[in-house]
Amino acid sequence: MTQRATLEAAIKLGLTEDEYAHICAIQGGEPTYVELAIYSLMWSEHCSYKHSRPVLGRFPTSGPRILQGPGENAGIIDVGDGWAVAMKVESHNHPSAVEPFQGAATGVGGIVRDIFTMGARPCVSMDSLRFGELTEPRQRFLLDGVVGGIAHYGNCLGIPTIGGEIYFEPSYEGNCLVNAMSAGMIRTDNIVRAIASGVGNHVVLIGSKTGRDGIGGASVLASQEFDETLEEKRPSVQVGDPFTEKKLIEACLELIHRHLVVSMQDLGAAGLTSSSSEMSSKGHVGLDIHADRVPLREADMEPWEIMISESQERMLAIVTAEQIADVREVCERWDLDCTVIGEVTDSKMLRIWWHGERVANIPARRLADESPVIRTPSVKPGYIVDEPVAVDDAAYPRPKDLGAALTQLLAAPNIASKRWAWEQYDYIVQANTMQIPGSDAAVLRIKDSQRGIAFSNDCNGRHCYLDPYRGAKAAVAEAARNLVCAGALPVAVTDCLNFGNPEKGEIYWQFEQAVEGIAQACEALDTPVVSGNVSFYNESFGQAIYPTPMIGMLGVYDDVSVHVDDAFKDEGDVIVMLGAEAAWMDGSEYQKVAYGKVEGRVPDVDLQLEVELQNKLRAAIEARLLRSAHDCAEGGLSVALAECCIASGSTGGAQFEDPEAPPSGRDGRWLGADVDLGSAAAVAGAAGRPDLALFGEAPSRVIVTVAPELLGPLDEVLGRLPHRVLGRVTGTNLRCTMQGKELFTVPVGELHSAYESLPQRL
Amino acid sequence: MSSAPVRFGVVVFPGSNCDADSYHAISTFPGASVQYLWHKDTDLKGVQAVILPGGFSYGDYLRCGAIARFSPIMQSVIDFAESGGLVMGICNGFQTLVEAGLLPGGLIRNTGLKFVCRYVNLRLETTDTPFTSACETGELLRIVVKHNEGNYTVDPETFARMQADDQIVLRYVNAAGERAEGANPNGALDDIAGVCNEARNVFGMMPHPENSVEAELAGGAGGRRIFQSMVDTLMAREVAP
Repeated sequence: MTQRATLEAAIKLGLTEDEYAHICAIQGGEPTYVELAIYSLMWSEHCSYKHSRPVLGRFPTSGPRILQGPGENAGIIDVGDGWAVAMKVESHNHPSAVEPFQGAATGVGGIVRDIFTMGARPCVSMDSLRFGELTEPRQRFLLDGVVGGIAHYGNCLGIPTIGGEIYFEPSYEGNCLVNAMSAGMIRTDNIVRAIASGVGNHVVLIGSKTGRDGIGGASVLASQEFDETLEEKRPSVQVGDPFTEKKLIEACLELIHRHLVVSMQDLGAAGLTSSSSEMSSKGHVGLDIHADRVPLREADMEPWEIMISESQERMLAIVTAEQIADVREVCERWDLDCTVIGEVTDSKMLRIWWHGERVANIPARRLADESPVIRTPSVKPGYIVDEPVAVDDAAYPRPKDLGAALTQLLAAPNIASKRWAWEQYDYIVQANTMQIPGSDAAVLRIKDSQRGIAFSNDCNGRHCYLDPYRGAKAAVAEAARNLVCAGALPVAVTDCLNFGNPEKGEIYWQFEQAVEGIAQACEALDTPVVSGNVSFYNESFGQAIYPTPMIGMLGVYDDVSVHVDDAFKDEGDVIVMLGAEAAWMDGSEYQKVAYGKVEGRVPDVDLQLEVELQNKLRAAIEARLLRSAHDCAEGGLSVALAECCIASGSTGGAQFEDPEAPPSGRDGRWLGADVDLGSAAAVAGAAGRPDLALFGEAPSRVIVTVAPELLGPLDEVLGRLPHRVLGRVTGTNLRCTMQGKELFTVPVGELHSAYESLPQRL
Repeated sequence: MSSAPVRFGVVVFPGSNCDADSYHAISTFPGASVQYLWHKDTDLKGVQAVILPGGFSYGDYLRCGAIARFSPIMQSVIDFAESGGLVMGICNGFQTLVEAGLLPGGLIRNTGLKFVCRYVNLRLETTDTPFTSACETGELLRIVVKHNEGNYTVDPETFARMQADDQIVLRYVNAAGERAEGANPNGALDDIAGVCNEARNVFGMMPHPENSVEAELAGGAGGRRIFQSMVDTLMAREVAP
C-alpha cells in the first residue's frame, strides 16, 4: 500500500475538496487509499443520487399493491393469487456510447441481476433506446451494436425481450441512451432483501472471478460528461458473459427458493464496495471482507481494485454456518465459484482485510447515509416559451399531397416499424407471450392462472425538451394509456430519468419540472413509483440531451384473455375515436419531419379526462366489446389509423411479404378503412387546417374498433366520455375525407412499404 | 384401452433455455409424462423419448453444440438412439445432434448474420417419421424460429442420399406453401428446416414447436402435431404385442 490518499488523489477519483474534507472528518484523519477509493464510488452521483435525492421524495411510492418501493434492488407489486412482479429500469448510457455491444449487453445483465437477486424469475425485458439521426454513420454503428448486444445477452439468458422503443434525435448524437428494463415473477412469500444479518454468518461471493474490468465505471463513466477522452474510457466498460449469468439465475433462484441464504445482493456499479456497504448499513451490522480471498482473474490485483472492480455476473450472499455446505453443493452443480470471503460482525464497520492487515475501516452507516446532498439552484432555460406556436401558412406552408405527407411520416425513423430490431430478440421464450412487439404493450399470461401482466415504456424527449413538466406528465399518461389499450389496469411505475449535467441550473430546472410532472400523473393514475434510476451527465462537449424521463409501467389483468391489440380485424367494423378533440403542431413528429422545426409549447394532459378515458376504455375491453384499440401518438390520428391497417396484415406477428398470399391469420389480408374527420375547425390546435387534424398530436386520444352490432352497448359504457364514430374498416385502402371531401386514398400496401422502410437506411 | 402415460425426458445442459418450455409443452399432452435429464448424469431414467432443447449450451462460445455433445448424458443418448429410441433436437438440440453425428450435415451462421426471431411457415415433406405421423404431407405448420446459426448445410452426396431416403422432413415455405424468396429465414440449403436420420428415429428441427402448442398464446398451436405424433407413436408401441 504505497499509494497516499491525498486531496490530489481524491480529486483524481472524482471527489470534490469538500467531500474529501468530510471523509477525513469521518475517518479521523487521512483515509487509506482503499477507503478513499470506496468513498469515491459510493459518493459518486451514480451510487449516491446526491443531486436527485432531495427532489425524488416528491414521488408517490406506496399503495395497497406495493410490497416493496424504492430503495431495494427492484420494486415489487402484488398481482394476485400469491404472485408478485419485481420490476426495475436502469440506464447504461455511457458504457454503450463508448462500446455499444458490450455496454448494452452488460446493461441487460445488470438489470436482470437486480430482479433475480430478490428471488424473482426474470420474465420480460424491454429496452428504451435513443440515438442521433441515422444519417450519421456512427449512429448506425451504435444502433447496430446496442441492438446486437441486447439480443446477445437477453437471448442467451432465455428471457423474452418483448419490444421497447427507439427514437432518433440530434440531441442524442454524442450521448446515446440505453435504458434496460426487466421484470420477474415471484411468490409473495419468497421475497429476499439485501439486508445483512446474523453476526457470525458467512459473506459468500458467487459467480465469476474478479478482474480489472469496469474499474471506476460508476464514477469515471457514469458521473461525468463526455469530451474528447471518450475513447480512453473504453477500459471502464465491462464485458458480459451471459452463459455464467444464466447459471447464476438458476443457482441463485434455487438457493432462495430452498431458503439457503439469509439475504442476497448483486454486484453492480462499484462492485463489492457498494454491495457490501449497502448490505451492512441496511442491516445495522458490520462486515469483514477479506479481499485476498476473492478469486481473481489477474493475480496481481491491489485490494482497492478488487473492491471496486465491476466484473460482471457476481452475487454476494449472507449464509449461515449450517447451510454453507448446501450452498456449495448448489453452486458446484452449476459449475460456479462459491467462496467465503468474510463474515457478519457486530462492529457496524465495513472492514477490508488484506492478508491479515486491515486496509479499510469505515462506518458502514455513514458511508451509505452521509453522502453529500446537493440541490443546484434551478434556472428556467431561455428557450422555453409559454405559448403554442402560431401555425401560419408562411412559416408552415400547407402540403399539397396529404397522402404523400402521411407516407413520409410513416417512413420517418421515429415512427417507422422497428421490426428490424425486435426480430433480433427472442420475444417468445418461456411460453407466456400473448402479445409480441409492435403493438402498444407487451402482454404475458401467468401460468396456471387466468391472470396476466402487461408492460409499456414511453417518453417523448422532444416534448420534455419543450416543456419538461408537461412532457413527463404526458409520458406517464401515455405509458398507462398504452397498457389500457391492451386491456390492462396500470398499477406501478419504474422510471429512468436521463438528464444532462445537474450542476447546471437549467438542467436542474428540467429535472425538477419533470419529477413534478411524473408525480402529478402518478398520483392521478394511482400508479406509484416503485423503483428507478437517475442518469445525469448525459452531455457531450457541453451539449445536453433532451430531458428524457423514461417511464416503464406495469399493468395487470384478472383475466388476460380479454386483451386486444392494435390490428383492424374485420370488414365492416366501426372505427370510433375516444377522448380529446385536439391536434397540435407543437413538438409533433410532423413539425420535425415536414418543417424541420422543434418549437412551441406541447399541450398539457387533462388528467381528469385521461383517467375517465382509461377507465371507460378498460371497461369496454373487459366487457369484450372491442376488436382493437390503439393510442394516437407520434404522427397523430392518421398515423394511428395507418398502423391499425398495417397491423391487420400481420395478425399474431407473421409478416406477409406478399399481400396477395393466402391468409393464415384471422383474415390475413390487409384491411383498409374509410374515415371522415369531420371539421378541422372543431379540433383544438388544428387552426382549421386538415393537415393538422391528420398529423397534429395531442394526449388522451384512442382509436378503437367495434362490431356494428356492439356499437350501442359501447355507447352505453362510454357514456359522457367524448367519442365519435370516424368510419368503417373496409377494402384495402386507407381513405380519409373531411366533411365528405376527399383528403387522400392510399393503398395499405404502400403504407406498409413506407412503414417497413427503415432497414433500407441502415 | 387406457394405458400409462408415455415417458419423455428433456435434457438440461448448462445454458439450455428452452428446457422448461419443452417440459411445459409436453405436460399439455394428457397421454404424456415428462422429466428432466441432467447433463452430468448418464441415466436416462427409463424415458421413451429424449428431447434436446433449445438454448445456448455452454454459452455456444465455441461452435454451437460442440461442447454439449461431450456431456456424460450424450453417450447415453447416442446408445439410446442406436437402439431405436426417439430423439428430437430443437434448435440448439438440433445443432448438438449434428455435432454428435446422429444427424447428417451442419448448421452455420444465418446468411443475414443476425439472430432472427420470426414466424415461419413450414411444409411437412414426409409423414413417414415418428415425429410427423399425425400430420399430412404438404400440411403447413406456423412456428417461430429464433436462432443465429440455423443455416443448414450438407455435402452434395449426402444430400442426394437424404433426398432419396426421404430424410428431409420440413422446409421453409411462404404462406401459400411454396418455396419462395424471403420464406427461408437463414439461407439453409434447399430451404431445409428439419431432417431425420436414415433409421428415422432421430429428428432435428430449427423452429421451436414447444413454443407453439397453445392457441391462446402469440406462438399459436402450430407445433402441437409434432408432439402429438411422438405421443401416438409411443402409445402404439406400448400396446403392440
